[in-house]
Amino acid sequence: MKNFAYSRAQSAKGAISLISLNPNSKFLGGGTNLIDLMREDIEQPDALVDVTGLSSSGIAELPDGGISIGAEVRNTAVANHLLIRERYPVLSQAILYGASGQIRNMATVGGNLMQRTRCYYFYDEASRCNKRTPGLGCDAIAGFNRMHAILGTSENCIATHPSDMCVALAALEAIVHVEGPDGERTISFDAFHRLPGDTPHAETDLKPGELITSIQLPPLQFAKTSRYRKVRDRASYAFALVSVAAALETGDGKIRNARLALGGVAHKPWRAYQAENALTGAKVGMETFQRAAEAELSGARGYGYNSFKIELAKRMMISVLSEMAEAGGVR
Amino acid sequence: MKNSVIESNSLERPDREPANASKTQITLQINSIPHTLRIEPRVSLLDALREYLDLTGTKKGCNQGSCGACTVLVNGDRILSCLAFAVQYDGAAITTIEGLGANGALHPLQAAFVEYDGLQCGYCTPGQICSALGMIKEFNAGLPSAVTKDAAATLDLSDEEIKERMSGNLCRCGAYVGICAAIRDAFRFEVPR
Repeated sequence: MKNFAYSRAQSAKGAISLISLNPNSKFLGGGTNLIDLMREDIEQPDALVDVTGLSSSGIAELPDGGISIGAEVRNTAVANHLLIRERYPVLSQAILYGASGQIRNMATVGGNLMQRTRCYYFYDEASRCNKRTPGLGCDAIAGFNRMHAILGTSENCIATHPSDMCVALAALEAIVHVEGPDGERTISFDAFHRLPGDTPHAETDLKPGELITSIQLPPLQFAKTSRYRKVRDRASYAFALVSVAAALETGDGKIRNARLALGGVAHKPWRAYQAENALTGAKVGMETFQRAAEAELSGARGYGYNSFKIELAKRMMISVLSEMAEAGGVR
Repeated sequence: MKNSVIESNSLERPDREPANASKTQITLQINSIPHTLRIEPRVSLLDALREYLDLTGTKKGCNQGSCGACTVLVNGDRILSCLAFAVQYDGAAITTIEGLGANGALHPLQAAFVEYDGLQCGYCTPGQICSALGMIKEFNAGLPSAVTKDAAATLDLSDEEIKERMSGNLCRCGAYVGICAAIRDAFRFEVPR
């Protein structure tokens, strides 16, 4: 690993000014992804600014009934927070389905958003990858692409975003608070991560020098009954083949509100807007769930080894929705 | 077990230094003993323990966060020392496998691993044991797991829970049955029912 300069920031402003000293520097959270990428020489920063010591309000209830989570809070602390478990169980579950106990203790919320893909070809220096070297080509498209994307892909990249936590945050319509040299701003969760298009190396909406400071969860009454489901190649400690985050509100035999997001299928946590549209106002039942799943996956494309994900994603959506309708009791 | 840390608490290894290397001075509280080091920021906590402090009980397996062999405790919480820079842990209290026994006796969990054959080659064992200690702390703090059916109910340390919570520690010999039995037995009296 190339050597680098290390410093520890005491405040967001301090961190931003430290990072501006060197254009090739990065913020360091828990390090569980960045250190690995540096060891592989994929990331080669000259300087790291450790932002795990920033003082924020941690996990705090907001006046509107929502919750704010400091970017430096560790994943375990989010998963075990009573307000999160009570109001947004899908978020607690998604975190607990990801990584291992050790990694969840290290990983920060901000760092989880900044994770890079686990595409084998991205990691393999001997392969072509448009993320590592823009314009070089993509060896995943005609390669062993079992883990790869089926939605929102481009001819330049079929990598997936590896996070479980972010799939729940997409369903909950979280708001990302960032601070940079030009001040503070917010980014909707859907706009934070990008689809690959012609620039798969540009993964987020962050501008140079911008730091994630907190994640805001807007109030969402019916998220109380939300849940996360994940299918993977091992029973535990593996990235998702497909995952589903869902929240459902029913009444008078109809679906009043639905939130759905998919993991393991796209370059970003995939908010299933088309399925939500098909569900909202429709009669609770298998027919509706099937129509919603079909609608969402109608634009999906398989690349051979990952083509099974299209059917898997549909079945998982239907299964999770049926379970939730049953558990909630169709009224 | 008496701590066998080498006496010097300031190590310099000139033969390892590239020219112009920038070094940082840090102090790690390892098994209650402070160690001051001048090291490059790129040195992992795992390498600081093994290569600079001769605490080779902590093992390097995959060196990429996949196997759990390098698990140590920081303020009682389990982490992977391979995915950590030592400089990030300046001032932190770190417990390694060398710090678990007391007065020449094994820690009860170490003894349980012996009794239940929780190992064959033993390479993953220090990580398994440190991980299990961190795991039981999380369990006692009420942290649910992915297999917990009702997070609001009293947690039960079933084999299913042990397997899920210990899934970050691989054992290539496949001694999982003994590992589960050792953990279950050692924590029998600690788990609130």
